[in-house]
Amino acid sequence: MLNHTPKEIQERKGGLINPAKTCQPIGAMYAALGIHKCLPHSHGSQGCCSYHRMHLTRHFRDPIMASTSSFTEGASVFGGGANLKTAIKNVFAIYNPDVMAIHTTCLTETIGDDIPSYLGQSEVPEGKIVIHANTPSYAGSHVTGFSNMVKGMVNYLSEATTEVKKEQVNIIPGFVNPGDMREIKRLVRVMGINYIMFPDTSGVVDSPMTGKFEMFPRGGTTVPELKDTGNSRLTLALGSFASTDAAIQLERKCKVPAKSLKAPVGVKATDEFLIALRNSFVKEIPYELEEERGQLVDIMTDTHYHFHGKKVAIFGDPDIVIALTEFILSLGMIPVHVLTGTPGSAFEKEIKAMLLEAGLKGNVKAAGDLFEFHQWIKNEPVDLIIGNTYGKYIARAEDIPFIRVGFPILDRSVHSYLPIVGYKGAMRLVEMISNALLDRQDRDAADEDFELVM
Amino acid sequence: MSALPQEHSVKERQDSISIKGKQKKQLICDTDSVAGCVSQRACVYCGARVVLNPITDALHLVHGPIGCASYTWDIRGSLSSGADLYRNSFSTDLREEDVIFGGEKKLALAIDELVQRYQPKLVFVYSTCIIGVIGDDLEAVCKAASARHNIEVIPVQSSGFIGNKSAGYRAACDALLRLIGGPDRDLYHKAKTVNYLGDFNLAGEAWIIKNYLRQIGIDVNVTFTGDANFEALKNAPTASLNIIQCAGSMTYLAQKMYENYNIPFINVSFLGLEDTAESLRKVAAFFGDQDLIRHTEELIDTEDAEVRPVIESYRKEFSGKRAAVYVGGGFKAISLIKQFREIGIEVVMVGTQTGRKDEYETINDLVEEGTVVLDDANPTELEKFMIEKGAHLLVGGVKERPLAYKLGVAFLDHNHDRKHPLSGFVGAVNLAKEVYSTLCSPVWNYLEKGGLK
Repeated sequence: MLNHTPKEIQERKGGLINPAKTCQPIGAMYAALGIHKCLPHSHGSQGCCSYHRMHLTRHFRDPIMASTSSFTEGASVFGGGANLKTAIKNVFAIYNPDVMAIHTTCLTETIGDDIPSYLGQSEVPEGKIVIHANTPSYAGSHVTGFSNMVKGMVNYLSEATTEVKKEQVNIIPGFVNPGDMREIKRLVRVMGINYIMFPDTSGVVDSPMTGKFEMFPRGGTTVPELKDTGNSRLTLALGSFASTDAAIQLERKCKVPAKSLKAPVGVKATDEFLIALRNSFVKEIPYELEEERGQLVDIMTDTHYHFHGKKVAIFGDPDIVIALTEFILSLGMIPVHVLTGTPGSAFEKEIKAMLLEAGLKGNVKAAGDLFEFHQWIKNEPVDLIIGNTYGKYIARAEDIPFIRVGFPILDRSVHSYLPIVGYKGAMRLVEMISNALLDRQDRDAADEDFELVM
Repeated sequence: MSALPQEHSVKERQDSISIKGKQKKQLICDTDSVAGCVSQRACVYCGARVVLNPITDALHLVHGPIGCASYTWDIRGSLSSGADLYRNSFSTDLREEDVIFGGEKKLALAIDELVQRYQPKLVFVYSTCIIGVIGDDLEAVCKAASARHNIEVIPVQSSGFIGNKSAGYRAACDALLRLIGGPDRDLYHKAKTVNYLGDFNLAGEAWIIKNYLRQIGIDVNVTFTGDANFEALKNAPTASLNIIQCAGSMTYLAQKMYENYNIPFINVSFLGLEDTAESLRKVAAFFGDQDLIRHTEELIDTEDAEVRPVIESYRKEFSGKRAAVYVGGGFKAISLIKQFREIGIEVVMVGTQTGRKDEYETINDLVEEGTVVLDDANPTELEKFMIEKGAHLLVGGVKERPLAYKLGVAFLDHNHDRKHPLSGFVGAVNLAKEVYSTLCSPVWNYLEKGGLK
């Protein structure tokens, strides 16, 4: 690994080497954590649940609670109905959540467990809610799983109960950190618009230290809020891979118009987000946000010569990578390799269109792996790698500056508290990028070239 | 046995928890988890993978959808002195069409491509949950690939649902036995040479023990499986003794190696001063050589003299502190209870994911009256007993860490995420250091003040 990757690229058909994705259920588990007082439930073997909790725990450094159907050989032969019914009984008896959000696994999908019919036969205590999403691990990726669980929230909970839609916006933030969700909410609040964000993992996986362990911390979208999403005047889906499906489902079910936007990473995508809000709800964007934008652009102009012409390799989840690529282009940098592990031709189309518009060419791939990404870099070296923790192997092998963005980040902390979205998030990205580039310049400078002012 | 209040437990769980001294009662363990619990346990694949993964020059190919491969990509800090192929993640990444039409072709293709690229002598192919269900004949695919490439391609029967982590240990041992080869009771055993079973070389721990043994005149033939490689494993039958550290994962293998190659085995533990010294003596006594025994006593004296004062200085700092232990296997729990005693910390709660009946009996003999002993605990139980027993420190793995922190309780990772070796004499000092750095950190002061008041 540390440097096994050959430069010569050959076609491969037998699976992945060093993946840039993981499976659906973990995304569903993460989405479900964004419901207030919800216990995600993994319907499958207990290893799945254990791995997902472990991975999320390492990324967020907070307790991640989820239950499992603890499949045995019998269950996989006779179906998981009995396990699920027992699980439902026990979950409410022991942990007493408001909501239990079931997701499936490759095992339960393959044996054909029919969750709705099991739910019909189960006893759910009064006032409690069970929702579910099908999340076969052999399709899509963790981002698909997130999307499916958010759609499950709409399927089970959203209701259109008012004749006239309320002056409020639904926001589906996508598979982002709680720090991003907080920032998106702040932007909407500063705009003075009522909103429902779902899911909302802020206050759940970034909960404060109090000396008490809260099984269900304060955060998360509440059930009344989720129901009320059916009465909103607009849904903004931030990211086509993680959020759009649920928005479309909500439009279909409750006639709430859906608008799909990029994840608000960088100037342009944040502009589009705020303009979409303004166009539907208010006359103008408050000066406070104009000022933030102006500061960001000021920073970009102050530092543009650090970035110009630098080659960048970006990998990660599609919604984030799409927006990030746009931002990287706006800094005058050249994204020469762009890859996501999540399947989906829309990713390639969108990135290629951006590159074309900028008069550039690059390697672009969905459903790729980091082995191939590394090969690209060997063939055309870059000045910077942007991606999740797994990029560190390539960065080390090729001695290239590396900044960590996305999921999972297992070897650094605090990242989940600070945004990459909005103008503030873009400022943070600029700081991260320029620190990485300039630290490298300092490290490599000969004594006579080592400068105080840069 | 104290009855737990309803909000903390269900009836099915009550037999898995006991409190020493309250009532003579056999703790129920080694059972399936209760559906709907937030179990800290993992699966068969996980057990098999953790045992085999440290084999450094093997190509570890996970046959299934992507998740199982991505969650186990380089997560175990077992160090290598040579190859690093084991630190990559290889998966057949089964897709919907493979689930419908079967994954055998893709698996064969994956093996061909990977063998061509990396030229390994050994490939492990791990079965995951759906492999049996979709009817893939792992055995046949591996056999054919093995013949095609003239290397070892060994299937690991680790479908997640066929048991718990212990079943995975067994699946791993079966794979190792296949690698080592058929019975041969007449082969030559090298004098004063041991196999060291059940050390995964986390943070380089196996190297420390290997070094001690070398100093007293004993060679380590191969470690199962820390820093092991194909050649060394193949030569495993030539040792004259198997010493077992992690009994939970390796006893079965040792028994089989006794049956197959006539290699006797003894249990050892190199965790803590007392256990380390005892284990070295035990190994020396097995060979009965007077020089060896003398060297052992010299080593113990030298090492002990070096670390004892350090341990004593920590002991003073730890006076009155109480620890809770929740680890994977019983062997580790037992050693930790003793080790904490050495540094003056009382263990008030102890549990394991997969401890065996005899191990729980040993635990019960070791602990003080009132200590809570529990099997396959969930976070709610851990929290309840840590608070009730006033634990200042929790020893556990990844998932337990933030739980402890949220309670304002210090934490020691005694699992994959440990960063310093905790084995041997030096390990005892490292443990004390790590306990001190977490237990006596100033960060807890900000909690006790109770926020902005």
